[in-house]
Amino acid sequence: MDRMKKIPVREQEPEVRARNFDEVCYGYDEFEARAEASRCLNCKKPGCVEHCPVSIKIPLFIKQVKEGEFAAAAATIAEDSSLPAICGRVCPQETQCESGCILGVKGEAVSIGRLERFVADWGRENGVSTAAVPSRNGRKVAVVGSGPSGLACASDLARLGYEVTVFEMLHKAGGVLQYGIPEFRLPKERVVEPEIDNVRALGVKIETNVVIGRTLTIDDLFDREGFEAVFVGSGAGLPKFMGIPGENLNGVFSANEYLTRSNLMQAYSPDSDTPIRIGRKVAVVGGGNVAMDAARTALRLGSEVTIVYRRTEKELPARAEEVHHALQEGIHFCMLTNPVEVLGDEKGNVRALRCLRMTLGDPDASGRRSPVPVPGSEFDIESDLVIMALGTSPNPLISSTTKGLETDRRGCLVATPEGATSRPGVFAGGDAVTGAATVILAMGAGRKAAAAIDEYLKNRK
Amino acid sequence: MYKIVSKKVLNPSVTLMEVEAPRLAAAAKCGQFLIVRARERGERIPLTICDFDREKGTVTICTQAVGASTRIINAMEEGECFTDCVGPLGLPSEFTEWDEARLAGERFLFIAGGLGAAPVYPQVKYLHSKGVPVDVIIGAKCADLLIFADEMASVCDNLYLCTDDGSLGEKGLVTGVVTRLLAEGHEYTRAVAIGPMIMMKFAALTLKPSAIPLTVSLNTLMVDGTGMCGACRVSVGGKTRFACVDGPEFDGYEVDFDEAMRRQTLYRDLEIEADHKCRIGRDA
Repeated sequence: MDRMKKIPVREQEPEVRARNFDEVCYGYDEFEARAEASRCLNCKKPGCVEHCPVSIKIPLFIKQVKEGEFAAAAATIAEDSSLPAICGRVCPQETQCESGCILGVKGEAVSIGRLERFVADWGRENGVSTAAVPSRNGRKVAVVGSGPSGLACASDLARLGYEVTVFEMLHKAGGVLQYGIPEFRLPKERVVEPEIDNVRALGVKIETNVVIGRTLTIDDLFDREGFEAVFVGSGAGLPKFMGIPGENLNGVFSANEYLTRSNLMQAYSPDSDTPIRIGRKVAVVGGGNVAMDAARTALRLGSEVTIVYRRTEKELPARAEEVHHALQEGIHFCMLTNPVEVLGDEKGNVRALRCLRMTLGDPDASGRRSPVPVPGSEFDIESDLVIMALGTSPNPLISSTTKGLETDRRGCLVATPEGATSRPGVFAGGDAVTGAATVILAMGAGRKAAAAIDEYLKNRK
Repeated sequence: MYKIVSKKVLNPSVTLMEVEAPRLAAAAKCGQFLIVRARERGERIPLTICDFDREKGTVTICTQAVGASTRIINAMEEGECFTDCVGPLGLPSEFTEWDEARLAGERFLFIAGGLGAAPVYPQVKYLHSKGVPVDVIIGAKCADLLIFADEMASVCDNLYLCTDDGSLGEKGLVTGVVTRLLAEGHEYTRAVAIGPMIMMKFAALTLKPSAIPLTVSLNTLMVDGTGMCGACRVSVGGKTRFACVDGPEFDGYEVDFDEAMRRQTLYRDLEIEADHKCRIGRDA
């Protein structure tokens, strides 16, 4: 075995998986996991832990895997993360834990993500219970949103003895894990739901169908429902559109809508009552993970899919693995291309996306070279369905109904690194504060806020 | 679970249901809507809140069977439960924020078409309770489809009924009644039109010369109803707005109704297909 190389992971063949919604990656088996774990050097000063937003004791759990002590490894991870089967699948490990791995200097980093996933899946399949219900201190904390930040915050607070209620506005708990990330990357019944059940097993109550800012306000939570502190992890918000002509034609969707229909409402399944439009030729505008998810979803529904992005492959903000998978599955990439208009037929249905060719100019403030249109380069991409995956802007539901809650220029909630907002007793984290980011960063923010809430409530009594 | 405590069949395609949802009832204001799901795997269906009883903890919804999901809802009986019921969503009617001084001197004209009479009712009831004079026009295709006439009569000053075939009230469209009332010298400070898009479009065209401020309530397609999906986007005054968070009520003179009507048809072909899909053994 070459210590410098990762043990490869088995995946569904691209041409097969392009036609189904089953998980792409099969994950390691016990033998593969132990072999991969044996690559770890167990560094004295582990760079991986430093680069993990929730500081999982990575060398320890990997050592336990190497020794075949899988239940112990599950317990080790559970000390710091309540959603390991999810994070093992969707964290951008290459820019986090694995970027700190010393093996990565000369070869390939240890496959920490796949090992985390292996341990979590093994634990679930073998009925390892990692949740000991702690004794209650009788103090109530409310969590707004059951996405990654809310679940992480709620589990830490429950472990500290607080009585935690999570309010979710949709009919299913999980936030972006339910509505955003597709089944083929993150299975819902097999992975997301059991992991949320683990959070419930800690004594956390999750109430669905409650919209904070509408059904109840933040003030109601304090005054009427008796909560002493509130964590707001309400997520990213409203989808952005380009503001070009033709965007309201029939057949133009936000990625949020397309993915919500397919994921949360399971419109891909014939059993679902929710309809979804299936395009013959689909253009997805954007280059992030959400664009890849939308494109790969449309592909699986039977469409021919093109991703339209105004910079080059090098600048794509999506994870390399997602881009790689999308290419393997046969998605076309149309780079250095920027839409200027959506064209419709006489009935108001989309027929094409009019675009301009771009070149890369000088680097902008973010260090990325900014795209510049090539004059006279207009051309049309034939499409009957266009999906806009351009990011989101904050949802004003909470900020507009809560006095004394400061927002920034973009409308995101203002919070300290510990999660304190301008209003005493109200904490916030995740996409509601940072704008759209990743699952693990949101979890990290949720955990920090849980510690800050504990500190705040201890000092209050 | 959200129990149906009472059900009334208003006509073969329209039912009225009172549903247990205490938190929702406590927070509801007129003009807002809610979303129900009839069953697991069910579609999220937005419906205007037609009434609410804070003491009983119930909300009233009125559903017209227009597709597979609304037919499933209408087939539900008293004692059965919705899997989900969430709200109130959207912004309340503007006048619910006005104090008595602001309401003094106002005189409202409500124009309700078909099912629109149901969401108009709580608004009229609210204004009536504040002592504001309100006239109401209810129009429908025929007498059987005209709903809420008795309820409305008890909370408004003048009630005008019309049907396309003349089987009840005047023969003709609501816009005809509007034209007549204005010609007869009735004066209104505000108008509200709720009904099919096409009716609201023509209500706006009819009222425009009078310059009476007009509010319309849009029943667009939606998924989450909280701003996340953008399915409900409408052009208002040339700008794209989300009916779920910026509405559902908008300035009737600013709405691009042609676009809104076109967007409503987005799933019609799939809906027809769904109607023909064999569902034997699935609807239990």
